[in-house]
Formats: sequence, structure tokens, C-alpha cells
Amino acid sequence: MKLIGMMMVIIVGGLLIVASEDMPDWGDPGSPASIHVSPRYIEKSEAETSVPNMVTAVLADYRGYDTLGETAVIFTAGVCCVLLLRRYRK
Amino acid sequence: MIERIEDVIIETLCRFLVPFMQLFALYVVAHGHYSPGGGFQGGCIMGASFILICVAYDIEEAKRRMTENLNTIFCSVGVILFAGTGLVSIALGGNYLDYSFLHKIIPVDPVSVRSHGILIIEIGVGFTVMAVMISIFLNVASKGKHEDELKQDGIHY
Repeated sequence: MKLIGMMMVIIVGGLLIVASEDMPDWGDPGSPASIHVSPRYIEKSEAETSVPNMVTAVLADYRGYDTLGETAVIFTAGVCCVLLLRRYRK
Repeated sequence: MIERIEDVIIETLCRFLVPFMQLFALYVVAHGHYSPGGGFQGGCIMGASFILICVAYDIEEAKRRMTENLNTIFCSVGVILFAGTGLVSIALGGNYLDYSFLHKIIPVDPVSVRSHGILIIEIGVGFTVMAVMISIFLNVASKGKHEDELKQDGIHY
């Protein structure tokens, strides 16, 4: 069983290494991430949101729904921690 | 379990450090538009200031300053503030979380109202992150027990 597990790890790891050859170079200006929405954020985020900090504009405005989800995740983590650990008086 | 050990140096240092940490946390939240920072980071620093009180004094001292009921309220108010801002922009005729429609209730132009909307939701995120940090630390450190149960166990904290 251990041998099968080890084989699986090696095969999947090898596949991931082979697939990483197709990844764009680090900071490649022609990669899809750099040519799709990034130029718009860089050029227009201050004009559209009047926030000089582009990261804040993307985090809270363009991707506001994502940030709402993150906040809900943190809230759920806190509630779960209380539910699991807190002792209730009988 | 955190046991109270009286130490003048640590307690005095923390007493001076905590207000500056909390002021810096408010600065990080409020200045997130212009410098690195925002709700997550500011809330974390604010929560860390209460955890520092827990570590330097004891859990009881931290609970005196931030009671559990108040902490739970902060925890929920943050998410409600965030989601409520989205619902308000629906009510004013826009899409969910489209802050530019908030200019109907905040008297500034539709572009700069977006930065005010961002500030509102950052404050909401800060509330939630702070309250969750404190609540997780308090529950893990006290094993979720109440004060009298801990005293019954003979543990001074």
C-alpha cells in the first residue's frame, strides 16, 4: 500500500513538473494574466474609484464580492471555533 | 493555560505599547487608500493588541476591556456592515456592491463616493477580523471554560 502511494505521488508530482513547463515566465508581459484585465486596472482604477492605491481598489471595489466571501470565511471560522471549544453552562 | 505572573517590566511596557498599537491599527485601516494596509491588516493589529494584554496580564484583564458579548457583536457587525453596503446599493438602484450609487445618500460625486464605500467595507472587515482574532485566542487559551470552572479546577489565570 505504501508503495502504491509513493508511486502515485511520484507520477502526479512528475506530471505537475512537466505541466509547469507550459507556465508563462515570471512577470511575462505577454501572459494572459497581464494582458486581460491588468492594463485596465493600472490605467483606469484611479479615475474610476478615486483611490490612488490600486491594490485597495481591486480588493474592495472590482473584487468586492470576493472580499465579502473572505470576510464571511473569517466570520465562519470564528463562529466554528466558539461552537467547538466554548462550554455551555448546564 | 496562561497563568498570571506579575512582572513590572512586561506589564509597564505593554501598558505603553497597547495604545500605540491600537492607534496604528486605526491608521492602517483609515490610510488603506493611500498606503499598504486595509481592513485585514488593521483588524489583525487591533486584535493583536488585545492578545498582548492577554499575554502580559491575563485573560480576565483582556475580558474586562473587551467583553465577550461586545466581541460577538463586533464579529457580526463587520459582516453586516459589508453585506449591508451591498444591499443599500441595490436599494438605490445599482448592482450589489456597486458603490457609485451611494452618492444618493452621501453628498459627493459618483466617483469619489466609491472610495468612501471602500472605506466603509474596510471598516467592516476590520471589525470582523479583530473580533475573530480575539475570540479564537480567548477560546483556545482558556479551553473554552468559564472563569468559575477554571477556578474549580484550581487553575489561577
